[in-house]
Amino acid sequence: MSSLPRSVAETARLLADQGYIADLELSTTIHLALAMRRPLFLEGEPGTGKTEIAKVLSAGLDRRLVRLQCYDGLDLSAAAYEWDHARQLVAIRVAEAAGDTDRGALSRDIYTREFLQARPLLSAIDPDLPPSVLLIDELDRADEPFEAFLLELLADFQITVPEYGTIKAATAPVVVITSNRTREVHDAIRRRCLYHWVGYPDAQRERAILAVKAPGIAASLSAQVVAFVQRLRAEDLFKLPGVAETIDWVNALSYLDQHELAPGAVDDTLGVLLKYQDDIAKIRGAEAARILAEAKGDALAVARAADAA
Amino acid sequence: MIPPRPRVPVAEETAPDATGGRLATNVMRFARLLRRAGLPVGPAEVIAAQQALAAVDITSRTQMRTALRAVMIHRREHQDVFDQAFTLFWRDPNAGQHAAVMALFEGQKEKKPERAPPASRRVSEAMAAPRERKPRPEDEAPRVDTVMTVSERERLQTMDFEAMSAAEVGAAKEHIRRLRLPLDLRRTRRSRPDPAGPIVDLRATIRASLRRGGALLDIASRRKTTRPPPLVVLCDISGSMSRYAQILLHFLHAVTNDRDRVSVFLFGTRLTNITRQLRHRDPEVAFQMVAHIVPDWSGGTRIGEALAEFNRHWAKRVLAQGAVVLLITDGLDREGAKGLAENMDRLHRSCRRLIWLNPLLRWTGFEPKSQGIRAMLPHVDEFRPVHNLASLRELIESLSRPGPTRPAERERMAA
Repeated sequence: MSSLPRSVAETARLLADQGYIADLELSTTIHLALAMRRPLFLEGEPGTGKTEIAKVLSAGLDRRLVRLQCYDGLDLSAAAYEWDHARQLVAIRVAEAAGDTDRGALSRDIYTREFLQARPLLSAIDPDLPPSVLLIDELDRADEPFEAFLLELLADFQITVPEYGTIKAATAPVVVITSNRTREVHDAIRRRCLYHWVGYPDAQRERAILAVKAPGIAASLSAQVVAFVQRLRAEDLFKLPGVAETIDWVNALSYLDQHELAPGAVDDTLGVLLKYQDDIAKIRGAEAARILAEAKGDALAVARAADAA
Repeated sequence: MIPPRPRVPVAEETAPDATGGRLATNVMRFARLLRRAGLPVGPAEVIAAQQALAAVDITSRTQMRTALRAVMIHRREHQDVFDQAFTLFWRDPNAGQHAAVMALFEGQKEKKPERAPPASRRVSEAMAAPRERKPRPEDEAPRVDTVMTVSERERLQTMDFEAMSAAEVGAAKEHIRRLRLPLDLRRTRRSRPDPAGPIVDLRATIRASLRRGGALLDIASRRKTTRPPPLVVLCDISGSMSRYAQILLHFLHAVTNDRDRVSVFLFGTRLTNITRQLRHRDPEVAFQMVAHIVPDWSGGTRIGEALAEFNRHWAKRVLAQGAVVLLITDGLDREGAKGLAENMDRLHRSCRRLIWLNPLLRWTGFEPKSQGIRAMLPHVDEFRPVHNLASLRELIESLSRPGPTRPAERERMAA
């Protein structure tokens, strides 16, 4: 495990080394979360690289990644811990058979660590395991009661098991919580975290991301793709394309041996970018051609500026 | 906006001195400015801000702003107000005391409710109907949502709730306040202990058996819990609907305070989320806060536009987990039903049950002739009148029953 970065610049370098292109605001917030040992609460549109941050931190800090995917009805036994009831029952029967009916001794015997099965949350703070990065993904998908389970963990990095006692992390885990805002997460959670809204990147950063995530693509094509997507995000659509979609699209175009954006290819592959039929119907055809013409102008201006520099 | 006055250079102001005392004071004053601008910033945020500033390079403005923002605000909606306040304050830390700067935040301050309604009205009501008032929760400072900044022009058009006196709504108000809205309960994936439940609770069983020295006598069991689905109300407040909207607001206030997961939106030409305002227990305070933030009382209607705005900005945030949508409108659209069918269709597909309440239905022999109504009708699960207490009560009964199967599902089942 490597030590935590000591400055914002070091944090930015750590992210860049793992191929994550972050702006100064994001690196500052991440650095603060690491320095203050507070959970990081990332909200933003889907496909803007929120989950990726946890993966990158895990690789960069050389810590194990513990991931908890949230869903409606997620409860303690699936998220934190569960007693191994079958083995406990066997232990009780064995004690019975041996004629041992000392209640105190029996409960000491079956409520021990070996009967406790760790689920992601407990595993993340297990003092016997190496330090971790805990990713609580899409918290908005879980229901409100689950958020209450999280409060003790987020404030003190500990979990209290009534029958056993309190388990506390030896090294505070790096906690990353993501939300797509399909539901407002409660203020109690927000207050324990550092908040950052992850927006869509600007054109320059998106080109840099493509250069890392889709290497081997001609710079001219990725400049056009980025310009097109940036223009598309200004349109009135139900679901705007994220960075993940941009990466998929540039890869799709490259599989189809396209070296330059052409109206036909754009129409054929629009489904990679837009995921709702209404949006596709709105953009396909004349609208796509108009955006494409503007995007090509943007890309050309970028290329000229690069030549001049 | 800010009167000319000698400014302290940024670097000097933000550079830490030997004790850091000056910076600490400035952070505290900055927090006070944010509070005055309506952001919920407490002592915990101030302490965290001090720690955060120690961890970054405060000669970098971006780092400093991001650090303060990460710990002092918790919602995207507050980001713009924060950024404005940051720009002003850290250029000139005395700005917090400037009348000019305060004037800038006046828009937010204005919305802080006056606790007591106009005295004249209080007095006249007290004279007309001497009845006991519930003690009002004076200390509970209502949270003011600073998102919906009201522009000067629209504030002029803000409706006066004086018009809605006791005489007009009368006894109906009292009835409505006592109505409860028991929606059909949905089974959740959570369970609670129940001796007759179908799920075996091994954890409780083992704990109980230990109390008896390890003998397995009773099997503890659990049952899945139920809870009502989220409710989203979209209520038309245009001129043709204003009489009903006023009465229905009482109903919506009662519903919002009775259960969790309720979101209420008003629309005329624009869409306004009034959920936070309605949460105030005292209806009069709640309505005053609503009157302050809603720009378009009794104006025209652009139903298609309002629904489009809802679909775009709110549907994904409030329609998750099987929401029921109540759409209250007469369907008389100023824009000639532009974009109405598409947006109704989208709304219908995003929720579990869409119920349209239309006061025009009170006339027997009502025929859906208006373009707007014809565009909307194919996309609703239920179409009901809402014009008097009886129809409200019918609505409540209907909501308590499981919803009808959607045509698409019926076809699928038939196939």
